[in-house]
Amino acid sequence: MSVIRFTDLTLGYDRHPAVHHLSGEIAEGSLTAVFGPNGAGKSTLLKGIVGTLRPLGGRIALGSGHRLAYLPQSAELDRSFPIHVYDLVAMGLWNRAGLFGGIGRAARAGIEEAIAAVGLTGFESRAIGTLSGGQMQRALFARLLLQDADVILLDEPFTAIDARTTADLLALVQRWHGEKRTVVAVLHDIEMVRRVFPQTLLLAREVVAWGETGETLTPGNLLAARRMVEAFDDHAAPCAA
Amino acid sequence: MPGPLDTPPERAFALLHDLLIGPFVEFDFMRRALVGIVALSVSAAPVGVILMLRRMSLTGDAMAHAILPGAALGYLVAGFSLPAMTLGGLAAGFAVALAAGAVARLTVLKEDASLAAFYLISLALGVTLVSLRGSAVDLLHVLFGNVLALDDSVLLLLAGVASVTLLLLAAIYRPLVLECVDPGFLRSVSRSGGMVHLSFLALVVLNLVAGFHALGTLLAVGLMMLPAAAARFWTADVTRLIVLASLFGMVSGYGGLVASYAAGAGLPAGPAVILAAGVVYLASLLFGSQGGLARRLLPGRHLQR
Repeated sequence: MSVIRFTDLTLGYDRHPAVHHLSGEIAEGSLTAVFGPNGAGKSTLLKGIVGTLRPLGGRIALGSGHRLAYLPQSAELDRSFPIHVYDLVAMGLWNRAGLFGGIGRAARAGIEEAIAAVGLTGFESRAIGTLSGGQMQRALFARLLLQDADVILLDEPFTAIDARTTADLLALVQRWHGEKRTVVAVLHDIEMVRRVFPQTLLLAREVVAWGETGETLTPGNLLAARRMVEAFDDHAAPCAA
Repeated sequence: MPGPLDTPPERAFALLHDLLIGPFVEFDFMRRALVGIVALSVSAAPVGVILMLRRMSLTGDAMAHAILPGAALGYLVAGFSLPAMTLGGLAAGFAVALAAGAVARLTVLKEDASLAAFYLISLALGVTLVSLRGSAVDLLHVLFGNVLALDDSVLLLLAGVASVTLLLLAAIYRPLVLECVDPGFLRSVSRSGGMVHLSFLALVVLNLVAGFHALGTLLAVGLMMLPAAAARFWTADVTRLIVLASLFGMVSGYGGLVASYAAGAGLPAGPAVILAAGVVYLASLLFGSQGGLARRLLPGRHLQR
């Protein structure tokens, strides 16, 4: 069963493709790493799935009834905004509480549980501006936990995060996988991908390889990915395909 | 036998009464001014808090100016007519807010620059329109308002705007705060972002038009932004910010009116209210517990952990 299906998908900016003619699908309950050089279109692909970026061509089909959660690379989060960790995490309840829904005892227990699961107990009433980078990422993971989505998209969730925090958060990712949620993560740490992620999409604007991680991340494929031309060509002819 | 006011403490009380309470007991227009400013504080100050947190403080200022030509047009058509000037002001405020947003989205100009352009045009146009028909006194009234001449209809307008503002704020509070903190997250869970932004801009215009009737174009934004900025020096919690800003607005209103009454003709009431808000702001800037200057200069010993 596929959760996300790409059909000849092209995503990009100002007519320049960042993801070019991508076809394939992400299976339900799979744990997929998106790997590739800078500028390969990895973040763009996630934006396309979330729907904040409209395809230049082709289609993204999302299986019906799925709930999506998305952690962007560097959230457009205003860290100077006077709000507490507790309230930030509580935002994860949006789908259930909406505009007016009360946050009852069960929901409050859920918030505290999520905060405990990321190891931030004791930080509830700290202003988000006082958190370190790692603590902030923990808080955002707590919000993801609370969103209780069955498709989770993570864009470079462990960049500039220390080893201990990475290990803790990675354990959450594995827990989601164990709960049969579908997880897609953009990553840069090839050892981590090999160790934890069964599936890999090797992207260099076009798909270089996609499948079992061991078969995807071969020296030949990695070399091919590295040869990708990064610059846009303003005078490129329209794509015929 | 000594009279009722003969002992020193009694005399002091009588003096304080004359200064602080007497004007409001004695004069209807003082009571009306106070009620008007309390209503305005309840609604404009929370709007100001959100504006400040969204880094849109100058937007409020620009939009206050933008209201002028609309109100002036209403004045040209119908004289000092409340409905005409209100409708004109609302129309002009919305038009400029939407136009500035559209220019920012469709051209290379950023929103602050396009707002500045529009409000300068509006201000010049407004002053010209008022001068076409009215006298310098009328112009002063439009620019600075007359808080001591609030009649029933203006008070009803202020109270109505306050009620609408509080209800609408309550309705959009969650997505509004979310849109300020983490707009990307709101986009990923809901499509309400645009709606919320527009509703909020509507609230800004509505409150500026209300403030315009009490304090005039130039000062209306003062009761919106000064209490909000002052409150930020005392708390790092949105809810408390809103309550505190409203309180600061009311205190400034009261203080300004009392000072203006005591000073007589030398200190007009509208500017006195804004000056009082300015005093609250400066005091907060100096002594506030959240990043006030005094705390910065005398930080105290650092803690163990």
